[in-house]
Amino acid sequence: MAALLQVSNVSKHFGGFTALAGVSLAIAEGERFGLIGPNGSGKTTLINCVSGSLRNETGSIVFNGEEVSRLPAYVRTRRGIARSFQIPRPFRTMSVLENLLVPSAYVAHLKDTDGEAEALDILRKIGLAEKAHAPSSALSQVELRKLELARAMAARPKLLISDEAMAGLSGAEVEEMLKILFALNQAGITIIMIEHIMQAVMRFSQRVVCLDAGRIICEGTPASIVQNPEVRKAYLGA
Amino acid sequence: MKYWITVAVVLIVAVVVALVPVNEYFFYAAFVVLQFVVLATAWNILGGYAGYVNFGTGAFFAIGAYSAVVLFKWLGAPLGVQILAAAGVSGLLGFGVGLLTLRLRGIFFAIATVAVTFMLETVMVNWRYVGGATGLQLLRPPVTEPFDSYTRMLFVVMALLALVAISVARYVQDSWIGRGLRAIRDSEEAAECSGVPTLKLKLFACTVSGALMGAAGAPMPMYLSFIEPASSFSLNYSVSALAMPMIGGTAHWIGPVIGALLLASIQQIVTVTISNEINVLVVGVLLVLFVVAAPDGVLGLFKRWLRSSR
Repeated sequence: MAALLQVSNVSKHFGGFTALAGVSLAIAEGERFGLIGPNGSGKTTLINCVSGSLRNETGSIVFNGEEVSRLPAYVRTRRGIARSFQIPRPFRTMSVLENLLVPSAYVAHLKDTDGEAEALDILRKIGLAEKAHAPSSALSQVELRKLELARAMAARPKLLISDEAMAGLSGAEVEEMLKILFALNQAGITIIMIEHIMQAVMRFSQRVVCLDAGRIICEGTPASIVQNPEVRKAYLGA
Repeated sequence: MKYWITVAVVLIVAVVVALVPVNEYFFYAAFVVLQFVVLATAWNILGGYAGYVNFGTGAFFAIGAYSAVVLFKWLGAPLGVQILAAAGVSGLLGFGVGLLTLRLRGIFFAIATVAVTFMLETVMVNWRYVGGATGLQLLRPPVTEPFDSYTRMLFVVMALLALVAISVARYVQDSWIGRGLRAIRDSEEAAECSGVPTLKLKLFACTVSGALMGAAGAPMPMYLSFIEPASSFSLNYSVSALAMPMIGGTAHWIGPVIGALLLASIQQIVTVTISNEINVLVVGVLLVLFVVAAPDGVLGLFKRWLRSSR
């Protein structure tokens, strides 16, 4: 089966710093994929290249059979790549519901009445429905993370990239986020999870890739990753 | 529907007032007030909705005025043609400034628009055809029926332009474009990742905003029967066009209208009763007062009052 996302030999430099050095990976439709690595290993750079916030210098990114690496970010979102941001970036002058109406209008091309119905449905699934009319500037940290996911979902994605949606959350809140992500995956959405909370990413993912200094150092099932000496070295420096 | 009836009524009232014997000075002053309604409304499309602070209103206004002068001197074009052409040229300038948003945000964008103003002023100072630094005296053509003075006619024209500008701003605000611009103001990156074509929308906002400012400048040479670079490119236009929406409220199209009517009227009164210098001070003092005490402008105060009285 052809992969939903095929990243081949992607490189990115910032001045003299190599953020990504020839990264290749393939993600199948419906997969739960974990991306781990120490700080500065290039995880966020990689997904910025996939979502279009950055342009890769070499290599190709094929999504759903189409080369997307020269398309602007908004077009990629329309093709089905949605992401949440590590540091939540809500549209802070809008209500929670209005936040979701931006992708409904621009990606799903829904009129406000239809968009609102769909947005409320998403908010219910994510457990944010009672805050639908609250200003997004009044949300708590965990609610902001949920809003990030909800807004990404309103773009009707095929692939959802969750960039550290759980960082800084309590144990119970992590459980809640995991439950949401499992449910979204059940509904047929392919998910890339970037996470530092090992227990969460290992439980969630079917397959994990570990990045270090812009390279993939190993790839495999969660069980094999935690045993891998290279991963231990990258994380612990021993 | 209610909106369009209001527009029609305002326009009819403007025409009727222009036809009845009212002191001519009223039209001199009202023209300026309405001109600021256009400028503030146009500024708000980019500055209020999209959050890109344009400090170059003077440039768009003056380029509109000079476009009108060139067309008038060269072809003797009628006022309507002058206004359309001015909107076109200033719209193009807006498109160019819009390309700056690719690389410049926040204060840097604002500074770049100031630089554009100085650059274009220098060009006009050195262009002999339009009078260079000394300016150019213009002879008004005969007034069109049914008006009996040119100033009265210009007043009606400016009222029409104000209604056009307000209608455009209202349309932009209520359409999907307005939601996209708000998303850009809140977070450009998140907007792009929510499917908003940010560059296209910014270029659109810059072009429309610039075109309306240019249109506001077009009748000015005929109003004064004179054009000259220093006053046309005056920074006062830029400051006022920014201060009025801030004072009125930037979130809604009515904000800049309230701000412009309020501030420009005060300025006219102060100019007549005290002095021309004080009227610039009024803008500054009010702006500081509002930024500190009512950051959401008159609209914000009104909303707060509505909530507390409920």
